[in-house]
Amino acid sequence: MPPSDYDPASLPDLLPLYYRRLFPFSQYYRWLNYGGLQKNYFQNREFSFTLKDDIYVRYQSFNTQSELEKEMQKMNPYKIDIGAVYSHRPNQHNTVKSGTFQALEKELVFDIDMTDYDDVRSCCSTPNEIFYYIPEDFGFQHLLWVYSGRRGVHCWVCDEAARKLSVAARSAVAEYLSLVKGGEETVKKVILTDPIHPFIKESLVVVEHYFPRYALQDQDILGRKESVDKVLSLMPEDILFFICCMDFQNEEKPEGRWKLIKDQSTAKKGQHFEKEIMLQYCYPRLDVNVSKGVNHLLKSPFSVHPKTGRISVPMDFKDLDKFDPFAVPTISLICEELDRPRKGDDDEKSEEIKENEKDAAERRKIRDYKRTSLAKYVKYLDQFLDGMAQSWKGDLLRKSDLQKEF
Amino acid sequence: MQFPGRRRKLNNNLQTELYGHSLQLYAQPPLENISLSEFESFAVDRLKLLKTTENLGVSYVKVSEDYAKKLGAELKTLNFPYRSENGPSEYEKRRKDHISHFILRLAYCQTEDLRRWFIQQEVDLFRYRFNELNAKQKLEFLHKNNLQYDTISVEEKKPLLDKLVNSSYAVSGITVEDQDFYKVPFQDALDLIRTRKVYLKAGYAYIPHQDVVTIILNDFRTRLSKALALTARSLPAVHSDERLQPLLSHLSHAYVGQDYSIQKNIGKISLDQIDSLSGKSFPLCMRQLHQSLRENHHLRHGGRMQYGLFLKGIGLSLEQALQFWRSEFIRGKTDTDKFDKAYAYSIRHMFGKEGKRTDYTPYSCMKVILSNSPSQGDHHGCPFRHSDPELLKQKLQFYKVPPSGISQILELVKGMHYQLACQKYFELTHNVEDANFSLNHPNQYFVESQKLLGGGKNVKREVENSQKSQENTAARGAREEANSSQGVDKMTEELDSFFQDD
Repeated sequence: MPPSDYDPASLPDLLPLYYRRLFPFSQYYRWLNYGGLQKNYFQNREFSFTLKDDIYVRYQSFNTQSELEKEMQKMNPYKIDIGAVYSHRPNQHNTVKSGTFQALEKELVFDIDMTDYDDVRSCCSTPNEIFYYIPEDFGFQHLLWVYSGRRGVHCWVCDEAARKLSVAARSAVAEYLSLVKGGEETVKKVILTDPIHPFIKESLVVVEHYFPRYALQDQDILGRKESVDKVLSLMPEDILFFICCMDFQNEEKPEGRWKLIKDQSTAKKGQHFEKEIMLQYCYPRLDVNVSKGVNHLLKSPFSVHPKTGRISVPMDFKDLDKFDPFAVPTISLICEELDRPRKGDDDEKSEEIKENEKDAAERRKIRDYKRTSLAKYVKYLDQFLDGMAQSWKGDLLRKSDLQKEF
Repeated sequence: MQFPGRRRKLNNNLQTELYGHSLQLYAQPPLENISLSEFESFAVDRLKLLKTTENLGVSYVKVSEDYAKKLGAELKTLNFPYRSENGPSEYEKRRKDHISHFILRLAYCQTEDLRRWFIQQEVDLFRYRFNELNAKQKLEFLHKNNLQYDTISVEEKKPLLDKLVNSSYAVSGITVEDQDFYKVPFQDALDLIRTRKVYLKAGYAYIPHQDVVTIILNDFRTRLSKALALTARSLPAVHSDERLQPLLSHLSHAYVGQDYSIQKNIGKISLDQIDSLSGKSFPLCMRQLHQSLRENHHLRHGGRMQYGLFLKGIGLSLEQALQFWRSEFIRGKTDTDKFDKAYAYSIRHMFGKEGKRTDYTPYSCMKVILSNSPSQGDHHGCPFRHSDPELLKQKLQFYKVPPSGISQILELVKGMHYQLACQKYFELTHNVEDANFSLNHPNQYFVESQKLLGGGKNVKREVENSQKSQENTAARGAREEANSSQGVDKMTEELDSFFQDD
């Protein structure tokens, strides 16, 4: 299944098929409806579509799942973005008095964009494992990880408390998690001071584990001369002098060179440059601006990346670092899989009899995506939703208890 | 009509209720009647105080001694409560603090930008004043305002000892055991979270006693922000009072000084002048953006905003701007078609021709320094704030700044005086001893440079004229609307003189 099979020109032909038979509307709605706990939560949510020729349609909103389905099947958007939950129906935003139409809630989102890594990363995998700590430090539990379709990863924090965070709180969380800072005019992007905060310490444990493989081997940061110079530019001058005096150039193996640097760092008290280098090369970089705004739009799960044709699929939380972007199916692949002759039709027939009260079209749609390589990824969303449903249940019970008291 | 007797009585109650402590959270609005002249003088004084707070915040570290000394001096001069000295005039000072705060709320609730500025200065001022209190007064303040926070028990503290010590500068292994720690939801301690200066676990921040001020500030900020939103709603009623309306609008116009949005000098600059102007009259931040635009034929969003609005401010028309950006972008990876689709919109947006049609104003130094700091691939920001000193040095050498000047600039950068560093750069590149202005806006840099180089006399005069005429209309409007215009004129003058020597 070479992804090169995908031809962007075929997108207009594939999209109708994708939205008609493959897009997992029922899971999608189940997610954004959040158990129906808050009134109009789905109805006041902004969707925005990018259509052919980059025509951008904002403030779409839908009353029901079927309305959403119909509209998507009619418009066949090239790209779907999800925005905030507003105070009013977004498609009526022009009819309410200006100033009263306001973004109220949205998932806390993180955009870990790997195009950011051009200066450090020749390969495209990143030890996202560090973000296991988001739930630990902030007490969040429901994180939906989504592949962006190209070189990035999105994290949707869906806990109720996260969805209600203010702009200030979102930016504080993002700043807390950002260790690598500065633009093109800053060479050294990580500076540690004593005492080293527990969050950084724990991140360092993870980074130390990955550094030899990701940085020393895959990126070969201590191999080629230019990249060696880059690493050395991150060290204080007096240390640099030491290292150059020693047999740094004669030491050919990157691991050996790294050991020389490390020894210097441990020899000097209060210096953390070896830690700083590891973080600068391995720590995931966040686009703080995406996380900050409540009304910021972010590409939706199961949207298609128009250039690569890859579907923005949910990722398996337990195996984030094993995720392989090249294994993600393209729209042309799954459409093709749909056309293959079916196997095991008999099994499905017996299933059909069992659930014959279900709507036939709905049933067929479920069957359809299950026959493609999309199935695995829809299952990840299912698992995520089951986790969320546990907490909805608790909330619903509490709510009904309260009502009894009155 | 005022009845002195009754007022005195009311004041006595208020004195114990509202003014029992030198610091307050401004929960109750003032209820007494005050004269227009007092209204004005209170407002102007508080504005001066907030403006000083802003300026000091740029030049000094906010908890440094110098900062405290200067801000304290300003409080004293302007007759605001200082160190809760219980002198005979203390009551008057507290009353002034209270009333003036509420007047400025009226003036600064109108737009998002004004609110943000006002909240920032009030919060900084509050931090200073709280830190000046002694331990007993702090406790009194917490008690009086019903601010109670949960402390954690010794048992809870034990397994966390290490982490607590490593999370805050204020805590050491010896003191941690006797110290009170407050456990609060992380949303209540955002400033500590942002800078990773507190231990965070499962959504709770563990705050050592001496950092309690951040929780209070957070609380204060939230209350103030809500209060301003509410005030904005009742503003139409205030605006119908023709004595107050012109005063309030003048007050709110005063905070940034010149905002360089006035489009009088439009078309005074041709596109082929930009290269030479960027070398001569652009501040370093814009020179840097211009250079990287020419080199990469692209700028990311932050850079396009900062540079695009600056160019708009120096007089590029919308058509010129579109032409300028298009001609540069299509030399890179962007073709005309893509440019028109992806970028032209945002440029028209900048000129207020799209979306909610706000006519955006060029960024001030404060905005460049404090908001949206650059990340990977970005060239925007303030070179004095966002560059490695080594790179900055190289760049200055490349621009032929003399070595002695470079070390002066680097010294200022080290002390975090970024605007002063930029002003030094101005003096060095323009060969003047003293620039004779206080730099706070990239477009101001440009105007001053053009003035010195003699080329931009017209530009400058136009800006001044347009500003004058604006003020005149404001003042005239006031005269027509209200008979009490004398006060307005007086205040206008006072404000103008204040912001000119600034």
